Amino acid sequence: MSGSASLKSTYTPAPEHRFKVGDKVVVKTAHPPGHRRTPEYIRGKQGVIERICGAYPNPEELAYGFDGKPERVLYRVRFFQTHVWTGYAGPANDIIEMEIYEHWLDPAGVQS
Amino acid sequence: MSGTPHDHYARGHDDQAHDHDHDDHKPVNEHDDGPPGEYEIMSRAMQELLEQKGIITAEQVTKRMELFDEEFPYHGGQVVARAWVDPAFKQRLLADGRAACAEMGAMLEAERLIAVENTPQVHNVIVCTLCSCYPRALLGMPPTWYKSRNYRSRVVFEPRSVLREFGTVLPDNVTVRVHDSNADMRYLVVPMRPAGTEGWSEEKLAGILSRDTLVGVTVPHLPA
Repeated sequence: MSGSASLKSTYTPAPEHRFKVGDKVVVKTAHPPGHRRTPEYIRGKQGVIERICGAYPNPEELAYGFDGKPERVLYRVRFFQTHVWTGYAGPANDIIEMEIYEHWLDPAGVQS
Repeated sequence: MSGTPHDHYARGHDDQAHDHDHDDHKPVNEHDDGPPGEYEIMSRAMQELLEQKGIITAEQVTKRMELFDEEFPYHGGQVVARAWVDPAFKQRLLADGRAACAEMGAMLEAERLIAVENTPQVHNVIVCTLCSCYPRALLGMPPTWYKSRNYRSRVVFEPRSVLREFGTVLPDNVTVRVHDSNADMRYLVVPMRPAGTEGWSEEKLAGILSRDTLVGVTVPHLPA
Protein backbone atom coordinates (compact mmCIF):
# COMPACT_ATOMS: atom_id res chain seq x y z
CA MET A 1 0.00 0.00 0.00
CA SER A 2 3.00 2.30 -0.10
CA GLY A 3 4.13 4.48 -2.94
CA SER A 4 1.94 6.03 -5.57
CA ALA A 5 1.60 3.02 -7.89
CA SER A 6 -1.44 1.67 -6.05
CA LEU A 7 -3.11 5.07 -5.81
CA LYS A 8 -5.61 6.16 -8.39
CA SER A 9 -8.26 8.79 -8.64
CA THR A 10 -11.70 7.39 -9.42
CA TYR A 11 -13.45 10.69 -9.98
CA THR A 12 -13.02 13.46 -12.46
CA PRO A 13 -10.55 15.84 -10.89
CA ALA A 14 -11.62 19.36 -10.14
CA PRO A 15 -10.84 21.71 -13.03
CA GLU A 16 -7.94 23.28 -11.19
CA HIS A 17 -6.20 21.52 -8.38
CA ARG A 18 -2.94 22.26 -6.66
CA PHE A 19 -1.96 18.69 -5.81
CA LYS A 20 -1.98 15.44 -7.74
CA VAL A 21 -2.33 11.85 -6.63
CA GLY A 22 0.87 10.70 -4.89
CA ASP A 23 1.99 14.21 -3.84
CA LYS A 24 3.36 14.51 -0.32
CA VAL A 25 1.45 17.06 1.71
CA VAL A 26 1.31 18.43 5.24
CA VAL A 27 -1.93 19.39 6.95
CA LYS A 28 -1.76 22.95 8.23
CA THR A 29 -1.27 23.48 11.93
CA ALA A 30 -3.87 26.13 12.46
CA HIS A 31 -6.59 26.59 15.03
CA PRO A 32 -9.04 29.07 13.57
CA PRO A 33 -12.39 29.39 15.34
CA GLY A 34 -15.54 28.12 13.70
CA HIS A 35 -16.71 25.03 11.92
CA ARG A 36 -13.82 22.95 10.54
CA ARG A 37 -13.83 19.52 8.98
CA THR A 38 -10.12 19.02 9.53
CA PRO A 39 -9.79 16.87 12.67
CA GLU A 40 -7.46 18.28 15.32
CA TYR A 41 -5.50 15.04 15.49
CA ILE A 42 -4.33 15.28 11.89
CA ARG A 43 -3.15 18.91 11.90
CA GLY A 44 0.57 19.15 11.28
CA LYS A 45 0.81 15.56 9.98
CA GLN A 46 2.37 14.52 6.68
CA GLY A 47 0.57 12.28 4.21
CA VAL A 48 0.12 11.48 0.54
CA ILE A 49 -2.75 12.45 -1.78
CA GLU A 50 -4.78 9.23 -2.24
CA ARG A 51 -7.38 10.65 -4.63
CA ILE A 52 -9.02 13.85 -5.71
CA CYS A 53 -12.70 13.84 -4.78
CA GLY A 54 -13.74 16.89 -6.82
CA ALA A 55 -14.77 20.39 -5.79
CA TYR A 56 -17.45 21.06 -3.19
CA PRO A 57 -19.00 24.10 -1.52
CA ASN A 58 -16.74 25.18 1.32
CA PRO A 59 -18.25 23.70 4.51
CA GLU A 60 -16.65 26.43 6.59
CA GLU A 61 -18.88 28.94 4.77
CA LEU A 62 -21.97 26.73 4.48
CA ALA A 63 -21.97 26.32 8.25
CA TYR A 64 -22.79 30.00 8.64
CA GLY A 65 -25.46 30.26 5.98
CA PHE A 66 -23.26 31.41 3.08
CA ASP A 67 -23.32 29.72 -0.31
CA GLY A 68 -19.92 28.06 0.06
CA LYS A 69 -18.56 29.67 -3.12
CA PRO A 70 -15.97 29.46 -4.45
CA GLU A 71 -16.00 25.69 -4.20
CA ARG A 72 -12.90 24.08 -2.72
CA VAL A 73 -11.06 21.04 -3.97
CA LEU A 74 -11.43 18.05 -1.66
CA TYR A 75 -8.72 15.39 -1.43
CA ARG A 76 -8.44 12.08 0.34
CA VAL A 77 -5.10 11.98 2.10
CA ARG A 78 -3.37 8.83 3.31
CA PHE A 79 -1.22 8.84 6.45
CA PHE A 80 0.87 6.17 8.08
CA GLN A 81 -0.54 5.60 11.55
CA THR A 82 2.98 5.72 12.99
CA HIS A 83 3.27 9.28 11.59
CA VAL A 84 -0.02 10.31 13.21
CA TRP A 85 0.18 8.84 16.70
CA THR A 86 3.24 8.74 18.93
CA GLY A 87 3.57 5.17 20.15
CA TYR A 88 1.08 3.65 17.69
CA ALA A 89 0.81 0.03 18.81
CA GLY A 90 0.11 -1.64 15.44
CA PRO A 91 2.44 -2.54 12.58
CA ALA A 92 4.20 0.15 10.56
CA ASN A 93 2.11 -0.46 7.44
CA ASP A 94 -1.22 0.48 9.06
CA ILE A 95 -2.77 3.58 7.54
CA ILE A 96 -5.53 6.10 8.07
CA GLU A 97 -7.18 8.15 5.35
CA MET A 98 -9.48 11.13 5.46
CA GLU A 99 -10.87 14.00 3.45
CA ILE A 100 -8.99 17.30 3.59
CA TYR A 101 -9.86 20.50 1.72
CA GLU A 102 -7.11 22.06 -0.37
CA HIS A 103 -6.77 25.21 1.73
CA TRP A 104 -5.75 23.02 4.67
CA LEU A 105 -2.83 21.46 2.78
CA ASP A 106 0.73 22.57 2.08
CA PRO A 107 3.34 20.76 0.00
CA ALA A 108 5.54 18.66 2.29
CA GLY A 109 8.64 20.58 3.32
CA VAL A 110 6.95 24.00 3.25
CA GLN A 111 5.88 25.53 6.54
CA SER A 112 2.66 27.55 6.60
CA MET B 1 -18.07 20.31 28.46
CA SER B 2 -16.94 17.32 30.38
CA GLY B 3 -14.99 14.49 28.92
CA THR B 4 -11.83 12.51 29.08
CA PRO B 5 -8.60 13.86 27.61
CA HIS B 6 -8.41 11.39 24.72
CA ASP B 7 -11.55 12.67 22.99
CA HIS B 8 -10.55 16.28 22.52
CA TYR B 9 -11.66 16.35 18.89
CA ALA B 10 -15.09 14.95 19.66
CA ARG B 11 -15.44 17.51 22.42
CA GLY B 12 -14.33 20.31 20.13
CA HIS B 13 -17.13 19.39 17.78
CA ASP B 14 -19.73 19.39 20.54
CA ASP B 15 -18.59 22.83 21.53
CA GLN B 16 -19.72 24.34 18.23
CA ALA B 17 -22.40 26.84 19.02
CA HIS B 18 -24.31 26.24 15.80
CA ASP B 19 -26.26 23.48 14.18
CA HIS B 20 -25.28 22.22 10.75
CA ASP B 21 -26.17 19.61 8.20
CA HIS B 22 -23.33 17.16 8.65
CA ASP B 23 -25.67 14.27 7.90
CA ASP B 24 -28.17 15.76 10.35
CA HIS B 25 -26.73 13.68 13.10
CA LYS B 26 -25.39 14.62 16.44
CA PRO B 27 -22.95 12.26 18.02
CA VAL B 28 -24.43 10.16 20.77
CA ASN B 29 -22.47 10.02 23.97
CA GLU B 30 -25.06 8.77 26.43
CA HIS B 31 -23.74 5.23 26.40
CA ASP B 32 -20.24 6.31 27.21
CA ASP B 33 -18.66 7.04 30.53
CA GLY B 34 -19.08 10.42 32.11
CA PRO B 35 -21.95 12.83 32.54
CA PRO B 36 -24.18 13.82 29.59
CA GLY B 37 -23.19 16.76 27.41
CA GLU B 38 -25.14 20.00 27.46
CA TYR B 39 -26.98 19.30 24.19
CA GLU B 40 -28.05 15.95 25.54
CA ILE B 41 -29.36 17.57 28.72
CA MET B 42 -31.20 20.21 26.69
CA SER B 43 -32.71 17.54 24.45
CA ARG B 44 -33.90 15.45 27.37
CA ALA B 45 -35.27 18.48 29.20
CA MET B 46 -37.13 19.60 26.08
CA GLN B 47 -38.73 16.20 25.61
CA GLU B 48 -39.77 16.05 29.27
CA LEU B 49 -41.32 19.51 29.08
CA LEU B 50 -43.21 18.68 25.89
CA GLU B 51 -44.48 15.49 27.47
CA GLN B 52 -45.55 17.27 30.67
CA LYS B 53 -47.45 19.87 28.66
CA GLY B 54 -49.22 17.09 26.77
CA ILE B 55 -47.85 18.21 23.38
CA ILE B 56 -46.13 14.91 22.63
CA THR B 57 -46.02 11.52 24.26
CA ALA B 58 -43.07 9.21 24.79
CA GLU B 59 -44.84 6.71 22.53
CA GLN B 60 -44.89 9.22 19.69
CA VAL B 61 -41.16 9.79 20.06
CA THR B 62 -40.52 6.04 19.98
CA LYS B 63 -42.81 5.66 16.95
CA ARG B 64 -40.98 8.44 15.13
CA MET B 65 -37.65 6.72 15.79
CA GLU B 66 -39.06 3.50 14.35
CA LEU B 67 -40.21 5.43 11.28
CA PHE B 68 -36.64 6.62 10.75
CA ASP B 69 -35.59 2.98 10.61
CA GLU B 70 -38.30 2.19 8.05
CA GLU B 71 -37.31 5.21 6.00
CA PHE B 72 -33.81 3.85 5.56
CA PRO B 73 -34.01 0.13 4.96
CA TYR B 74 -30.83 -1.91 4.70
CA HIS B 75 -29.70 -2.41 1.08
CA GLY B 76 -26.02 -2.93 1.70
CA GLY B 77 -26.09 -6.72 1.72
CA GLN B 78 -27.80 -6.88 -1.68
CA VAL B 79 -25.33 -4.44 -3.22
CA VAL B 80 -22.25 -6.31 -2.01
CA ALA B 81 -23.75 -9.71 -2.89
CA ARG B 82 -24.20 -8.41 -6.45
CA ALA B 83 -20.58 -7.26 -6.45
CA TRP B 84 -19.50 -10.73 -5.35
CA VAL B 85 -21.26 -12.50 -8.22
CA ASP B 86 -20.85 -9.88 -10.94
CA PRO B 87 -17.25 -8.66 -11.48
CA ALA B 88 -18.35 -5.89 -13.87
CA PHE B 89 -20.77 -4.57 -11.24
CA LYS B 90 -18.00 -4.69 -8.64
CA GLN B 91 -15.78 -2.58 -10.88
CA ARG B 92 -18.58 -0.04 -11.28
CA LEU B 93 -19.18 -0.05 -7.51
CA LEU B 94 -15.51 0.60 -6.80
CA ALA B 95 -15.32 3.30 -9.49
CA ASP B 96 -18.51 5.17 -8.59
CA GLY B 97 -20.41 3.79 -5.61
CA ARG B 98 -23.35 6.13 -5.90
CA ALA B 99 -24.09 5.23 -9.52
CA ALA B 100 -23.74 1.51 -8.86
CA CYS B 101 -26.12 1.67 -5.89
CA ALA B 102 -28.62 3.62 -7.98
CA GLU B 103 -28.63 0.70 -10.44
CA MET B 104 -30.01 -1.38 -7.58
CA GLY B 105 -32.53 1.21 -6.47
CA ALA B 106 -30.59 2.59 -3.50
CA MET B 107 -30.52 6.37 -3.94
CA LEU B 108 -27.86 7.86 -1.75
CA GLU B 109 -28.29 11.20 -0.02
CA ALA B 110 -24.59 12.01 -0.17
CA GLU B 111 -22.80 13.15 -3.29
CA ARG B 112 -20.31 10.32 -3.40
CA LEU B 113 -19.99 6.82 -2.08
CA ILE B 114 -16.51 5.37 -1.91
CA ALA B 115 -16.51 1.59 -1.84
CA VAL B 116 -13.29 0.09 -0.46
CA GLU B 117 -12.44 -3.54 -1.00
CA ASN B 118 -10.97 -5.89 1.58
CA THR B 119 -8.21 -8.10 0.24
CA PRO B 120 -5.88 -10.67 1.79
CA GLN B 121 -3.47 -7.74 2.30
CA VAL B 122 -5.81 -4.93 3.43
CA HIS B 123 -8.71 -4.67 5.87
CA ASN B 124 -10.84 -1.51 5.76
CA VAL B 125 -12.84 0.03 8.61
CA ILE B 126 -15.01 3.15 8.61
CA VAL B 127 -15.53 5.82 11.27
CA CYS B 128 -16.64 9.44 11.44
CA THR B 129 -14.67 11.08 14.23
CA LEU B 130 -16.43 14.43 13.88
CA CYS B 131 -19.98 13.17 14.36
CA SER B 132 -21.55 10.11 12.79
CA CYS B 133 -21.60 10.40 8.99
CA TYR B 134 -22.94 7.17 7.60
CA PRO B 135 -24.51 6.04 4.29
CA ARG B 136 -28.01 5.73 5.72
CA ALA B 137 -29.75 5.16 2.40
CA LEU B 138 -27.60 2.07 1.99
CA LEU B 139 -27.05 0.77 5.52
CA GLY B 140 -30.07 2.11 7.41
CA MET B 141 -29.72 4.12 10.59
CA PRO B 142 -26.29 3.94 12.18
CA PRO B 143 -25.97 1.70 15.23
CA THR B 144 -25.45 3.32 18.60
CA TRP B 145 -21.90 2.09 18.89
CA TYR B 146 -20.99 3.84 15.61
CA LYS B 147 -22.07 7.14 17.13
CA SER B 148 -20.47 6.48 20.50
CA ARG B 149 -17.56 8.57 21.68
CA ASN B 150 -15.75 5.36 22.58
CA TYR B 151 -15.76 4.01 19.01
CA ARG B 152 -15.17 7.35 17.29
CA SER B 153 -12.20 8.26 19.43
CA ARG B 154 -10.53 4.86 19.70
CA VAL B 155 -10.81 3.23 16.28
CA VAL B 156 -8.56 5.86 14.71
CA PHE B 157 -5.59 5.24 16.97
CA GLU B 158 -6.06 1.69 18.20
CA PRO B 159 -8.07 0.08 15.40
CA ARG B 160 -6.76 -3.41 16.06
CA SER B 161 -7.88 -3.32 19.70
CA VAL B 162 -11.34 -2.10 18.71
CA LEU B 163 -11.63 -4.72 15.96
CA ARG B 164 -10.61 -7.42 18.44
CA GLU B 165 -13.48 -6.33 20.69
CA PHE B 166 -15.78 -7.01 17.74
CA GLY B 167 -14.20 -10.45 17.39
CA THR B 168 -12.08 -9.50 14.39
CA VAL B 169 -8.45 -10.45 14.91
CA LEU B 170 -6.10 -9.53 12.08
CA PRO B 171 -2.51 -10.70 11.63
CA ASP B 172 0.20 -8.04 11.49
CA ASN B 173 0.85 -8.66 7.79
CA VAL B 174 -2.65 -7.38 6.98
CA THR B 175 -2.68 -3.59 6.67
CA VAL B 176 -5.47 -1.99 8.68
CA ARG B 177 -6.80 0.93 6.63
CA VAL B 178 -9.01 3.28 8.67
CA HIS B 179 -11.23 5.74 6.81
CA ASP B 180 -12.32 8.84 8.71
CA SER B 181 -15.55 9.90 7.00
CA ASN B 182 -14.96 13.50 8.03
CA ALA B 183 -16.35 15.54 5.14
CA ASP B 184 -18.43 14.94 1.99
CA MET B 185 -17.80 11.32 1.06
CA ARG B 186 -19.59 8.27 2.43
CA TYR B 187 -18.02 4.82 2.64
CA LEU B 188 -18.85 1.17 2.13
CA VAL B 189 -16.57 -1.78 2.83
CA VAL B 190 -16.71 -4.63 0.31
CA PRO B 191 -15.66 -7.67 2.38
CA MET B 192 -13.93 -10.73 0.96
CA ARG B 193 -16.27 -13.51 -0.09
CA PRO B 194 -15.74 -16.46 2.26
CA ALA B 195 -14.74 -19.86 0.91
CA GLY B 196 -17.60 -22.31 0.86
CA THR B 197 -20.10 -19.89 -0.69
CA GLU B 198 -19.50 -21.04 -4.27
CA GLY B 199 -22.74 -21.33 -6.20
CA TRP B 200 -24.78 -19.41 -3.61
CA SER B 201 -27.59 -17.13 -4.83
CA GLU B 202 -27.28 -13.38 -4.34
CA GLU B 203 -30.05 -13.58 -1.78
CA LYS B 204 -28.26 -16.23 0.22
CA LEU B 205 -24.99 -14.28 0.02
CA ALA B 206 -26.75 -11.12 1.19
CA GLY B 207 -27.81 -13.08 4.27
CA ILE B 208 -24.24 -13.22 5.59
CA LEU B 209 -23.51 -9.56 4.78
CA SER B 210 -24.50 -7.88 8.01
CA ARG B 211 -24.26 -4.14 8.50
CA ASP B 212 -21.20 -4.58 10.70
CA THR B 213 -19.33 -6.36 7.90
CA LEU B 214 -19.94 -3.37 5.60
CA VAL B 215 -18.62 -0.92 8.18
CA GLY B 216 -15.61 -3.19 8.52
CA VAL B 217 -15.74 -4.08 12.20
CA THR B 218 -16.46 -7.74 11.42
CA VAL B 219 -15.99 -10.07 8.45
CA PRO B 220 -18.68 -12.35 6.99
CA HIS B 221 -18.74 -15.97 8.11
CA LEU B 222 -20.64 -19.02 6.99
CA PRO B 223 -23.58 -19.76 9.29
CA ALA B 224 -22.57 -22.16 12.06
